[in-house]
Amino acid sequence: MSNQLISGWGRYPVVDAEIAVPARFENIDLTALNSIARGMGRSYGDSALATQIISTQQLDNLIAFNGQSGELRCAGGTTLEEILKVFVPRGWFLSVTPGTKFVSVGGAIASDVHGKNHHKIGSFCDHVTSIELLIGSGEMVSCSPQQNSDLFRATCGGMGLTGIIVSATIKLLPIQSTTIRQQTLKAANLKEVFQLFEANRSATYSVAWIDCLASGNALGRSLLYLGEHDESGTLDMQSGHSKSIPFDMPTTLLNRFTIQAFNTLYYHKVCETVSQQQVHYEPYFYPLDSIHHWNRLYGRRGFLQYQFVLPKTAGLEGMTKILQRISASKKGSFLAVLKELGAQNKNLLSFPIEGYTLALDFKWEPDLLQLLNELDQIVLEYGGRIYLTKDARMSEATFKQSYPSWEQFMEIRHKYGATEHFNSLQSERLGL
Amino acid sequence: MSKNILIIGATSAIARATARIYAQAGGNNLFLVARNKVQLDRNCADLQVRGAASVHTETLDLNQFEQHGPLIDKVFDVMGRVDIVLIAHGTLPDQNECAADVEKTLAELNTNAISIISLLTHLANRMEQQRFGTIAVISSVAGDRGRQSNYIYGAAKGMVSVFMQGLRNRLFKSGVNVLTIKPGFVDTPMTKEFDKGLLWVKPDAIARGIIKAINKRKGEVYLPGFWALIMFIIRSIPEMIFKRLSL
Repeated sequence: MSNQLISGWGRYPVVDAEIAVPARFENIDLTALNSIARGMGRSYGDSALATQIISTQQLDNLIAFNGQSGELRCAGGTTLEEILKVFVPRGWFLSVTPGTKFVSVGGAIASDVHGKNHHKIGSFCDHVTSIELLIGSGEMVSCSPQQNSDLFRATCGGMGLTGIIVSATIKLLPIQSTTIRQQTLKAANLKEVFQLFEANRSATYSVAWIDCLASGNALGRSLLYLGEHDESGTLDMQSGHSKSIPFDMPTTLLNRFTIQAFNTLYYHKVCETVSQQQVHYEPYFYPLDSIHHWNRLYGRRGFLQYQFVLPKTAGLEGMTKILQRISASKKGSFLAVLKELGAQNKNLLSFPIEGYTLALDFKWEPDLLQLLNELDQIVLEYGGRIYLTKDARMSEATFKQSYPSWEQFMEIRHKYGATEHFNSLQSERLGL
Repeated sequence: MSKNILIIGATSAIARATARIYAQAGGNNLFLVARNKVQLDRNCADLQVRGAASVHTETLDLNQFEQHGPLIDKVFDVMGRVDIVLIAHGTLPDQNECAADVEKTLAELNTNAISIISLLTHLANRMEQQRFGTIAVISSVAGDRGRQSNYIYGAAKGMVSVFMQGLRNRLFKSGVNVLTIKPGFVDTPMTKEFDKGLLWVKPDAIARGIIKAINKRKGEVYLPGFWALIMFIIRSIPEMIFKRLSL
């Protein structure tokens, strides 16, 4: 047990926490109230922060694998990186993967993460067949869509607030090779990229990089990346060294001029309206994983990622309004990502609803919170919501208005004895 | 080629990471020995899922020296031949408690030195007859020079290192390689009380270094490699000066 200063991936906020690292789940001590489980610490804000943290990093054993069905049972602290390392050479991939492989299975479930194929096959928990949960009483409870389904629906996307995910069974996806056939489509503005998303709904993977500082006729200019698993090719893992950002960068390096210049270059380096590439899955799914500690780019004070979704009905109008507001603020980031999301699932606090989601990084500045509060109002006005995994500052009122199942979630938390035991800075802020 | 690998102290963090790499390579047979059955069974399943051809387990408290002979016999009965032995068990004694308590000191020496020497004595005779293979033991940089902050641990590891030197010399002509592994600071449950600085590494990095050293048939290896330089300096300080330092 040791005390240390700790934060989420965005490095804001920072708390002084007592961190337990149990070597096996039998050693998890729930006598201290108000603790929260933490896997790889890749949620951006304060969802894996509390004064008492239970790290699952040592709880990473694989339990069983069914080579027929592709069902893998593993401990909650197992990372997606580890799963890929073991199973890709045997021809299996993750059904759903977020933009980094440095997350734990427990974290992926707690956030019900989505990937570039959400429009086709839903989110991570739609491929989870069962969960073993350590609840507040110290008992182990199994839940699945059939068994204790209320607990399952609350745990999937439940931000660790129902208990500790000790193990889970997830379904892997068979692949023939590690190659992705990528198609890059250029869109001159927001309207065009929306049309391209609609026209390419049959693509397995789709995601767009958007220049959030462009304005006027070029507002929302984007590069849309489509992807398919290639049937030919090998199952080789990518070798090669990763780079690391060794220290905090001076934040003055990131300003509207450097970002505008980067975004313009990035957009114009693609000349053709449509182009084809064969790429390894690593750079396709995990472009930033090759740069360790990339969060240091945003300096000592960290950054906030803002990710929201607007329902289809709000579509172009709502997204235009938000982009105009961001463009006018002259704050922005290299990495604005636009993605079409498919239908909502039954999980009570899962983020995805059918529509379009946009994620942006903003370096921490004193006047940033004001801008984000204004964006919240537009998101609410159009019936959207903010992703809890990225959030570090949303108000209780905003949350409760946009996640109408919160009351049902609270009842389940209460029923399974979680209310006093599992709390994060985020759950306290959001009144959960 | 498929290898038969015996790992003693198999639930320790470094042993676990090493076993995982051997399992993932596919086709290898593993024999794991540790005290905690639940943890051992969990490791066994993990290694099977990762691709080990077979995994045998034996639950044993290694302070029961009289069980060492039967254990080694059983290993050879089950596996036929043994290509690699890794001995990884150990504890990190509290120096102050040991200084105040002879019983505690002797118990720690038993666990960290005598039990290993007992196992090695049985193993060496079998490996000598077999005339091939590697015996690798996790010692420590702490065994290179006694320091006031942990000389009980250091004395135990130093005894193991010297014993291994002799054994290496003896088994050379039989074609058996004897590898002394000297890790520096490793971030494991055994060292959870320490504040981790720049010199600390993850067990996985140590495991990769161990496998590399086994493959290259090295006699001694510092992990990570920069510890060779640090310990060269530490060993070079004259005792007149060293005794005044607060290390």
